[in-house]
Amino acid sequence: MVAISEREASSLVVEKVSKSFPAPDDRLTRRAVLDGISFSLVAGELVSLIGPSGCGKSTLLRLIAGLDTADAGELLIGDEPIVGPNAERGLVFQDPNLFPWLTVRRNIEAGLAARGVLREKREEVNEFMRLVGLEIFANAYPHHLSGGMAQRAALARALINHPKVLLLDEPLGALDAFTRMRMQDEVLRLWQARATTMLLVTHDIDEAIYMSDRIMIMTPRPGRIERVIPVNLDRPRQRNSDAFLRLRSDILNFLHLAGTT
Amino acid sequence: MEAQEDLIPEADVEPSHILRWRTMLAVPLAAAFASGVHSLFASKESPIETHSYTLLFGEVIGVSIVLALMRRFSRGLRRWMASMWPIFTAAILTLCVWDVITLGFRMLPMPYFPGPSAVLRSLINDRTLLLDSTWHSLVLLLSGYALGTLVGLVSGVCIGWSSPVRYWGMPILKVVGPIPATAWIPLAMVISPSAIISAAGLIALSVWFPVTMLTASGISNTRASYLDVARTLGGGRAYLIFHVAIPAAVPNIFIGLFMGLGASFLTLVVAESVGVKSGLGWYVSWAQGWAEYGKVFAALIIMAAFFSTIMTLLFKVRDRLLVWQKGVIKW
Repeated sequence: MVAISEREASSLVVEKVSKSFPAPDDRLTRRAVLDGISFSLVAGELVSLIGPSGCGKSTLLRLIAGLDTADAGELLIGDEPIVGPNAERGLVFQDPNLFPWLTVRRNIEAGLAARGVLREKREEVNEFMRLVGLEIFANAYPHHLSGGMAQRAALARALINHPKVLLLDEPLGALDAFTRMRMQDEVLRLWQARATTMLLVTHDIDEAIYMSDRIMIMTPRPGRIERVIPVNLDRPRQRNSDAFLRLRSDILNFLHLAGTT
Repeated sequence: MEAQEDLIPEADVEPSHILRWRTMLAVPLAAAFASGVHSLFASKESPIETHSYTLLFGEVIGVSIVLALMRRFSRGLRRWMASMWPIFTAAILTLCVWDVITLGFRMLPMPYFPGPSAVLRSLINDRTLLLDSTWHSLVLLLSGYALGTLVGLVSGVCIGWSSPVRYWGMPILKVVGPIPATAWIPLAMVISPSAIISAAGLIALSVWFPVTMLTASGISNTRASYLDVARTLGGGRAYLIFHVAIPAAVPNIFIGLFMGLGASFLTLVVAESVGVKSGLGWYVSWAQGWAEYGKVFAALIIMAAFFSTIMTLLFKVRDRLLVWQKGVIKW
């Protein structure tokens, strides 16, 4: 289990990052999506980012992944500035986006094949298939998998490159409530086994409290970090403990989502 | 294990066929009937034609009886008989109707519409020339098709992937592509020293257009998220093109290959009947020149078998390559 025990996480620093896009109705004006957003993650930390849709969470993840470039500001992995996409920053979307033309096994080893190191690291493929419990589906095609299984395969595919930071863009958002809760444990298990830094974008307040070390709440237009809430609960966490529920109601109040009084 | 039951069962969807007696007897009975009908008119025809035609039905009856006896031993055979026998029966009865209309009552002008027995006779008499023509057509078709596909794939991938290539390539494709390849025949005959080479070039041209068009659209419509995932997995440009965009485009590419195949048949036959001095297209126009319409029909039958075999082979290749789509798309 060499691959899984080694600790290779890295810190992530986002410093005064701005990003704007042309307005869809008027190509001449640009609309700021992110305006001088700053935060940082310690190596090995799991931090959630919550906020209403359209507040720029996905844009932020794309910038960190290197799929887009920021207009201003600095993004650092450890001490290294982020330039372009790289295998050291894994990204998992809400849609598993497994390549439908590859079997589960070939999907999981895609990261190794893409970097041309499949031959040396073939052993690890078995390890990651075991890690996400998909050994018996090795030769199945993605359309045969259920949503939860597909997302586990997507996680294994992202983890096989030993990313220093794993970016999760609502990875469990499309799953039903039961599968989602089981998958939260699964992701936590992978996080603890791999000790990766994880940035989790989610809509689900319970999920954020259950999983993360800290919760960052974002406000939209332009996206800013409104508040950072540390979650000082012992793991494994109880979804129905008093402390859990108190934190939940604080966050709901902060977001004005507690309900009309 | 979670959601094992989500696995789609691999069992085939078609209901299992039961081979009924009436299905089994339909083929020999139809053959006997057609043979009997033919013998009513047979006096109008030369005995040799009648002989081979009756012999054909005798063979059909014989084979169907042997298969009926063998059905106990093979489930696959039973299945095949149950699904194919109604079609064979209909085919035999169609032959019979054709026989009645042409040879029987002379309802169609002669010599343009010979009866099935005369066509069968031409098929047997001219078998060496027909085989030779088929071989020449096959070589010409395959060389043109392979060339067109190869060039089409390369140009399609380039146009689909790179914006500058698309900017300059698309107008050419849109202007030149829709011209039917056969319209170039007068020019092609002037340009190329050999009719065979120009015919292969024209077939290639007729394949090139749909393959390029569909490949380019498949490549440029690759889901952006697949490319994003591949980039974050550390994939470079070659990986993105060859391991993401092209596999994602394969379903589209096959549509282009099928369209191109249809176009190539057309171009082949036209090219062979105007310039090339061999092949089935040439055979048809040659037989027409001698007013031997039995041979024309014989060549048409060979063409039907030839083209549909090639089409079936392409379907088989597609099914094998697109096994990952099984249960997703049916066409």
